Amino acid sequence: MSLNNHPVNRRVFLKGGALSLVTLGLSPQFLQRTAMAMALPRASRGKTLIVLFQRGAADALNVLVPFGDAHYYAARPQLAIATPARVRGATPAAGAIDLDGFFGLHPSLAAFKPLWDRGMLAPIHAVGSPSATRSHFDAQDYMETGTPDRKGTVDGWLNRYLAVKGTCESAACPPPSGPVPFRAVSMTAQTPRILEGASAVVAMNSLEEFSIRTNGGEAQRRIEALYRTGSSDLVHGSGSDMFEALKVLRAANPQQYRPANGVEYPRSAFGQRLLQIAQLIKSGVGLEVAFADVGGWDTHVNQGGAQGALATRLSDFSQSIAALVADLGDRMDDVVILTCSEFGRTVRQNGTGGTDHGHAGAMFVIGGSLRGSGAVRGRWPGLAPEQLHEGRDLALTTDFRAVFSEVVAKHLGAPQLAKIFPGYTGVQQDWLGLL
Amino acid sequence: MASARSETTLSETARSATALSAREQTADQQIHQVLNRLAFGARPGDVEAVRAMGVDAWVERQLYPERIADTATAQFVARFPTLGKTGEQLLADYPPPAAALAQLQRRGGTVSAADSAALQQQGRQSYAFLGELASSRVARAVMSERQLQEVLVDFWENHFNVFAGKDRTRYFLPEYDAQTIRPHALGSFRALLGAVAKSPAMLYYLDNWQSVADSGRPTLRPAARPLNARQAARRAAVLQQRVLQNPSLQQALSRRRGLNENYARELMELHTLGVEGGYTQQDVIEVARAFTGWTIARGAQGGGFAFRGEVHDAGAKTILGRSFAANRGIEEGEAVLDLLASHPSTARFIARKLAQRLVSDTPSAALVARGADTFLRTHGDIRAVVRTIVTSSEFFATANYRAKVKSPFELVTSTLRAMHAPPDATPRTSQLVSRLGQPLFGHQAPNGYPETGDAWMNTGAILNRINFGLAAAAGRVPGIRMAAWPLSAQLATASREAQVDGVIAELFGGAVSADTRQVLLTGSNPFLQQHGGANDSLLLADDSDAMMGNMAGEAPRVRQPAGADARAARREARQPAARQQQAAGREAVRPERGASLTQTIGSLPPLAGFAQIVGLALGAPEFQRR
Repeated sequence: MSLNNHPVNRRVFLKGGALSLVTLGLSPQFLQRTAMAMALPRASRGKTLIVLFQRGAADALNVLVPFGDAHYYAARPQLAIATPARVRGATPAAGAIDLDGFFGLHPSLAAFKPLWDRGMLAPIHAVGSPSATRSHFDAQDYMETGTPDRKGTVDGWLNRYLAVKGTCESAACPPPSGPVPFRAVSMTAQTPRILEGASAVVAMNSLEEFSIRTNGGEAQRRIEALYRTGSSDLVHGSGSDMFEALKVLRAANPQQYRPANGVEYPRSAFGQRLLQIAQLIKSGVGLEVAFADVGGWDTHVNQGGAQGALATRLSDFSQSIAALVADLGDRMDDVVILTCSEFGRTVRQNGTGGTDHGHAGAMFVIGGSLRGSGAVRGRWPGLAPEQLHEGRDLALTTDFRAVFSEVVAKHLGAPQLAKIFPGYTGVQQDWLGLL
Repeated sequence: MASARSETTLSETARSATALSAREQTADQQIHQVLNRLAFGARPGDVEAVRAMGVDAWVERQLYPERIADTATAQFVARFPTLGKTGEQLLADYPPPAAALAQLQRRGGTVSAADSAALQQQGRQSYAFLGELASSRVARAVMSERQLQEVLVDFWENHFNVFAGKDRTRYFLPEYDAQTIRPHALGSFRALLGAVAKSPAMLYYLDNWQSVADSGRPTLRPAARPLNARQAARRAAVLQQRVLQNPSLQQALSRRRGLNENYARELMELHTLGVEGGYTQQDVIEVARAFTGWTIARGAQGGGFAFRGEVHDAGAKTILGRSFAANRGIEEGEAVLDLLASHPSTARFIARKLAQRLVSDTPSAALVARGADTFLRTHGDIRAVVRTIVTSSEFFATANYRAKVKSPFELVTSTLRAMHAPPDATPRTSQLVSRLGQPLFGHQAPNGYPETGDAWMNTGAILNRINFGLAAAAGRVPGIRMAAWPLSAQLATASREAQVDGVIAELFGGAVSADTRQVLLTGSNPFLQQHGGANDSLLLADDSDAMMGNMAGEAPRVRQPAGADARAARREARQPAARQQQAAGREAVRPERGASLTQTIGSLPPLAGFAQIVGLALGAPEFQRR
């Protein structure tokens, strides 16, 4: 009853693209207003930050492999990724991809190697939350609120960034340019903790679902009319904003999207979400902050080495991100991608071919305007037994807030970092010089 | 019958003539006000019933839920056997996946595909009872005769928020609902506060079960006599066994032990005094010391409340300027609760929050003061405070009529009630609440969901609400059948105008803006024609189809996502009930993992005629309010 009622019209629309908007009866007045809407957001020429959360605690030591540290191999007889040299000539695919003679990428992160070679990839090791918790819940909560060991924080740090940046305290502030409905988008069913707060956020599983679900045109017109009537209260206002958002999205015409340079994203949910983030960026709808998450990292059992469960996750992860980077092309100069996970995993493998909850982990910062490329960032604390956190985990040498605060400050121009990361004292002095 | 009713009305009116004189709302508005604020909206026939009984008599009756028969509800929720179980029982019946994992790790060696499958199955089962709890909450709100009781259960479970997704917290939620909150929802605030303080759910969620005296502090002697060697060895063996069953216990044991301020802080900031209530960081520390040793009998394995003197900080303390002598043991924590529950800041904080829920996002200072007075005068009698608030002139002021934005829970339950839907035995309705943005027990932070409307209104939320209204009218919401709606039969052959007015009368008590009525009637209004709006809408018939096509750069003919959506929805509906409850439970824990509302309802058929009027009305701005 839904799609196939009007096959002819639908085909015309899809083939004809924007032109058929007119043939379907849209008034010139509408096109004019859409054009105005399109010119509106300054952010469309501005910067975008994409935060990707690996939920479940990714095993940093097999992601960013410290093949130069002998203790790594002693602790993981079955799980360790071989050194690049050891397998040269034999089965090269099984060894770490050498970065700097000490660290290497898991072989399933091969898609990251070209980014590294072009100075677009900054891996950070021994980074994470100063909280000692090994609870997924608490650790994700802390990383998303940006306030380790403080449970009462009601909003997420990305939302606080939006709120602070949206507040102009100077007399020379520009006049408000109207709502930018897609300023902050989470490609998730519900708003994640990191984006909870006072600033408006759109959360959706996909662009296609951001629509009125009945295809009865008359009903839709009437709904819009209900919300466009003279009243200016909260409910009507949200409704009007929503219809504007629908129009902006429609004008951007996302259903006609073709990735650039023949890029093919993985068909996974994660890959498709990154594709849609690229769509939004290229559509110029004013996307400033995007978020997506990907699960499957809690590898207590049979995580595998160069192949296996973790390798499969990493292939999808890196190929999706590499596709996004290739698709965005030169726009990567204005984009930073930040990956994070709540904590790392035990140095030693456990009794079921996996690893348990640990402490420090690894992050990647990816962008077209990184500084000082060609180095793995952060201080390596070592894996000797006496160097471990609580005798079992990778110790922490970089607070995750050092990375987050540097990126929002230098990339997005965030003011008032003390409001975004209350209680954090490492601003500037602990920054890694990423940007 | 008719004459008997009018007699009742007359006598009621005479009895409460004085009260009525201070009320701005019309008699009809008052009826809708109490049904929208003290109940989850009107069912067909409710307006007439309240009119017959009299508004004041109806309110007074609702204040004593124990006197209202509610056997149908009791029978309905009896289908969820896990509701009556304690956390300890649930942990035994549905062990958390971590416990099974620990067993595998002890065994060592390889893990077979069968092991993995068993683990996954066990993991899914350990969420099913949470889905049943959420279903029961929705069902009670929809069908219970004790509507005010359900409103206040919703209020208090949100005020004393706990998050199901934190580790094992979910296991303690059925007993939290049944034993901690429900018995006290209209009772003594002090008794409620005490029940919460001793509930495994709160002890676990805010970590107090692990809070012990800092080293160097004096503790009370163990109550039991010293163990002999054989007993000590046996206790060590028991402990080792427990660690094996539960690796997180090892974590707890090996962690540096000491004071945890988490509960003490939220107790004052969120549960009693309020953030401006006049306490200091030093008070937080002292209160935390007072509650050391308040724990769960078997820790992460559950059991009831236990006080452990051997880890209780027995030193003297000063709290809110008052001295607490040393060595009072559990009585000290009770005295702290007494102090907080009778504090003027608490009276104001609770009165204001209740007024926010029941009257207005911005209740007047005078109303809050009267509520606080009642609170102090009655030593925290919740029933008396609620009565003060809901019989006030502010409650019946015109400005506060339909002034509150419905939460998603209120939207879904009021829709089901308005449409005369039977309660849903499946978790699908509670999932709709989740997908509209309010998973029950799914708010991570201890502050609970906000009581003000701005939190529920944004671009994505309003779209979901409109789609929910359309889905209800299209028969995509469990239990709602247009054909079974009494009004459908009455108006089947009536004119559009008569249908519109019938729907307005039924859903809005006859009162909507002229604009809204005009739009329902004709689909346009003068304002829009003048300024251009709906008439150049992008929402043309085929637009949503186009939106469906080709999102991934594929040829359009390959993909039919709209159909796929509907198939997914049907597939979901066909799942066995147990599987559905498991999925619903997991979703509350990790809301971002679930499907979205639009995925749930799929694409909808075009709505026409009477169904269209209903869909529009349910999606209209007026229906988002109560």
